[in-house]
Amino acid sequence: MADAPKGVLVSPIFANNPIALQILGICSALAVTTNLGTALVMGAAVSLVTAFSSMFISMIRNQIPNSIRIIVQMTIIASLVIVVDQVLKAYAYETSKQLSVFVGLIITNCIVMGRAEAYAMKNGPVMSFIDGIGNGLGYTVVLLFVGFVRELFGSGSLFGIQILEKINDGGWYLPNGMMLLPPSAFFIIAGFIWLIRTWQPSQNEVAEFKIAPNTQAKEAV
Amino acid sequence: MFEYYLSLLVKAMFVENMALAFFLGMCTFLAVSKKVEAALGLGIAVVVVLVITVPVNNLIYNNLLREGALTWTGMEGAESIDLSFLGYLSYIGVIAAMVQILEMFLDKFVPALYNALGVFLPLITVNCAILGASLFMAERDYNFGESVVYGAGAGIGWALAIVALAGIREKLKYSDVPKGLEGLGITFVTVGLMSLGFMSFSGVQL
Repeated sequence: MADAPKGVLVSPIFANNPIALQILGICSALAVTTNLGTALVMGAAVSLVTAFSSMFISMIRNQIPNSIRIIVQMTIIASLVIVVDQVLKAYAYETSKQLSVFVGLIITNCIVMGRAEAYAMKNGPVMSFIDGIGNGLGYTVVLLFVGFVRELFGSGSLFGIQILEKINDGGWYLPNGMMLLPPSAFFIIAGFIWLIRTWQPSQNEVAEFKIAPNTQAKEAV
Repeated sequence: MFEYYLSLLVKAMFVENMALAFFLGMCTFLAVSKKVEAALGLGIAVVVVLVITVPVNNLIYNNLLREGALTWTGMEGAESIDLSFLGYLSYIGVIAAMVQILEMFLDKFVPALYNALGVFLPLITVNCAILGASLFMAERDYNFGESVVYGAGAGIGWALAIVALAGIREKLKYSDVPKGLEGLGITFVTVGLMSLGFMSFSGVQL
């Protein structure tokens, strides 16, 4: 318990981002980012589920028999997701239709499981809760970044408000249709990873092979 | 009838490819695609689990959970019981249990296959592609026959994608990639390009 709460909260956002560095939770991250609104709702839902599931699992971590811990964690997570799903259906029906099966897929979102397994099983409830929020925020940041780029260039708007006037409506901007298609999300995430690793070079992965130069130095002269 | 199923199979495999069109199962997709052999093992395990779990979940959904499904019990007021909010909990329970049973069965009766697939089976419980297929099945109201075909198609499509990616990544090791893109970054770009390729299947109908 040496970590300060602030460090636990902030470090997953850039220094130890769940998507860019830990390769967790990409599954549902990409399909819901065609516009900022759904990306924001999805990020909030995942943050809440991660935080509360970490807290509850941490509370009963000493009572769970080791051999069935996965099932117990799954049950807790699934119950929380059902709550989120019902709340969304009641108060934000349109968004919940857009998210369709991806709300349910929060259950298998590796961030939730991963934090439960890696952090909540070893730390107290309060710290686990903060850790869950932090990782949820890290996920939300990536989602918002991707959503921002895709919505701005794909349909020229942000949160549904027109920013770039489209040609069809008499403006100057020709929307980039690819941004609304699935593959663009991969390219944007790759760009995000590149940015973050240029900023913090310690996250670079070590190459398995070193590429030798094509010409030897003495021949080049 | 046969043509209908064939068209559903092709649609699930290519047009609606789990990994490349819906981004499902991405975590394992990126983590276990460094070697073709491992990717193939995982792919086969996913196909097997999907073919079993989607139909089982279909039975549970149609006979227990959906609105009015409990009419067969003859209970009073059973027509108005709607348990579909329990869907997530029961699907994931079925998947976890099925994976566990499959693991024990293979260990006992087919040790050779168990040794090949053993390490991947626990991973599959938390693979979004498996749960995703069950959720899509419920959302689209497939009947039992359709769900078997859909499970097989989704699994084969996912397996194809991961084996293809592993093949590319094996070659990619030897190429000169910009520093910040090494590893994860370039893999994302590769998957994006593959996904673009798979998009050319959209609109294909048999």
